[in-house]
Amino acid sequence: MIKKIVIVGAGQAGLAAAAKLRQEGFQGSVTMLGDENAMPYQRPPLSKAYLLGKIEAERLSFRNNDFFHQQNIGISQNESALEIDRAAKDVVTAHGRHGYDQLILATGAGAIKLPASMAGGIGNIFYLRNKADADRLRPILREGARLLVVGGGYIGLEVAAAARQAGAEVTLVEMAPRILNRVAAEPTASYFRRLHSSQGVDIREGIGLAGLKPDGAAIMATLADGSKLTIDAVVVGIGVRPNAAIAEAAGLATDGGIVVDEFGRTSDASIWAAGDCASFSYQGERTRIESVPHAIDQAEHVARNILGAELPYRPRPWFWSDQYSIKLQIAGFNRGYDRATVSQGAAEGSMTVSYFQEERLIAVDCLNDARSFMLAKRQLGL
Amino acid sequence: MPNITFILPDGKEQGCTARDGLSLMEVALQNAVPGIIAECNGSAACATCHIVVDDALAPMLDPISEHESDMLDFTAAPRAPGSRLSCQIKVDGRVDGATIRIPAEV
Ligand SMILES: Cc1cc2nc3c(=O)[nH]c(=O)nc-3n(C[C@H](O)[C@H](O)[C@H](O)COP(=O)(O)OP(=O)(O)OC[C@H]3O[C@@H](n4cnc5c(N)ncnc54)[C@H](O)[C@@H]3O)c2cc1C
Ligand code: FES
Repeated sequence: MIKKIVIVGAGQAGLAAAAKLRQEGFQGSVTMLGDENAMPYQRPPLSKAYLLGKIEAERLSFRNNDFFHQQNIGISQNESALEIDRAAKDVVTAHGRHGYDQLILATGAGAIKLPASMAGGIGNIFYLRNKADADRLRPILREGARLLVVGGGYIGLEVAAAARQAGAEVTLVEMAPRILNRVAAEPTASYFRRLHSSQGVDIREGIGLAGLKPDGAAIMATLADGSKLTIDAVVVGIGVRPNAAIAEAAGLATDGGIVVDEFGRTSDASIWAAGDCASFSYQGERTRIESVPHAIDQAEHVARNILGAELPYRPRPWFWSDQYSIKLQIAGFNRGYDRATVSQGAAEGSMTVSYFQEERLIAVDCLNDARSFMLAKRQLGL
Repeated sequence: MPNITFILPDGKEQGCTARDGLSLMEVALQNAVPGIIAECNGSAACATCHIVVDDALAPMLDPISEHESDMLDFTAAPRAPGSRLSCQIKVDGRVDGATIRIPAEV
């Protein structure tokens, strides 16, 4: 019988798993171990409304203390899982050992850092993964501040948007030939390029950051084309790496992420993983998905499967991004598309990019076009 | 603090006190009200926070934006006259005493 379930990582997936275990009637103990100095909170606003100061810290939390009390979910902050002792079935932290019958790893991912050769000795380099990161960055984004954003993915673009709205001067560099190179087709990238340019962001594509040097209180950045910029701060959004170190050290199968089967089980039958840290087979390829809906859905599957449901997890991928007054909603997964078409929506400025693979619709990017998004979601069976 | 009654998909009622300034979606999550998933955490992007407000409350609320309306046209449970995205409704005096139905997914 399962008496004790421990969850490592008190983020989106960890909370979803804990809540689902209780909703499904699990009566044993549920303990969440979180290494942050915060109760579980939402990350998406960190690069959006929260960064702009539009919502207070309290609103980031999913649930207040009463919820954890009422649901009888144990939760610790500032307690990092250092080791999984699989033989003893214990999670080891600086405070002691937490015995488990079943263990869920929901450790998320960490921001990829600039190499030390570039970042060494430079203050004011920011990443954006945690509330603590956002709290450090917030006061920097003010009228007239000169900001360099490195990386033209969704997080980089969202930070650029927030910074412009706060009145900062923003240059964004993307090493790849264009922004959103990995994640979207050219028409979506063009839409955002135009949007950001019209808001005064200086976007430079196909140009990497070559070096950083202190320049009085400021920073001198050199780009790959030799151009130089004097800036006050650098925000780096060049991707994330799954937090798989403790799983790897414990001898679980990893491939960058923590390898799980279709039920969310790792190579150890009493250990499960969900969310950004988990690598699973999807469309015949090892896949990780970094999004809130996936984290919730996979974690809820894990919770139910621990209790015996044997429910295979089939992703229903979708994602959103907010920049200025534009809402992007993505349905489906565009990996392996061979054609992308563009259609204008009913309202001004609304547009949808549809991705096809052998004439079959596989994904859409909907820009201020909720109707097309909801229709496509339905059509894709999501 | 306003009092709200949620009518759950199975017909049971769940009473809650709601703090001013939160959204109805946040109140539902905080009180573990089943059927409110809120995958987008209140960005009006997912429609998994669909509720149906009672006839007395519906006309008192701020009007539905075009975006919200487009989302509501395609929710999992069909749109009803009082359908709203609960993340778009702020708790204040207007919602005191309201009954809010969580539609069953079909
Ligand atoms: C700025 C930002 C904006 C985003 N915007 C969007 C968006 O608009 N839409 C969207 O769908 N997704 C967005 N995402 C992605 C989304 O937030 C993640 O996919 C989601 O949070 C993943 O949930 P998770 O539980 O797997 O990881 P997390 O939420 O990262 O939680 C993991 C937790 O585990 C902790 N942890 C790690 N190792 C240990 C350990 N050894 N011991 C204890 N605790 C540990 C971490 O500190 C963290 O608190 C955004 C992410 C960021 C950072
Ligand atoms: S929470 Fe997603 S639309 Fe309301």
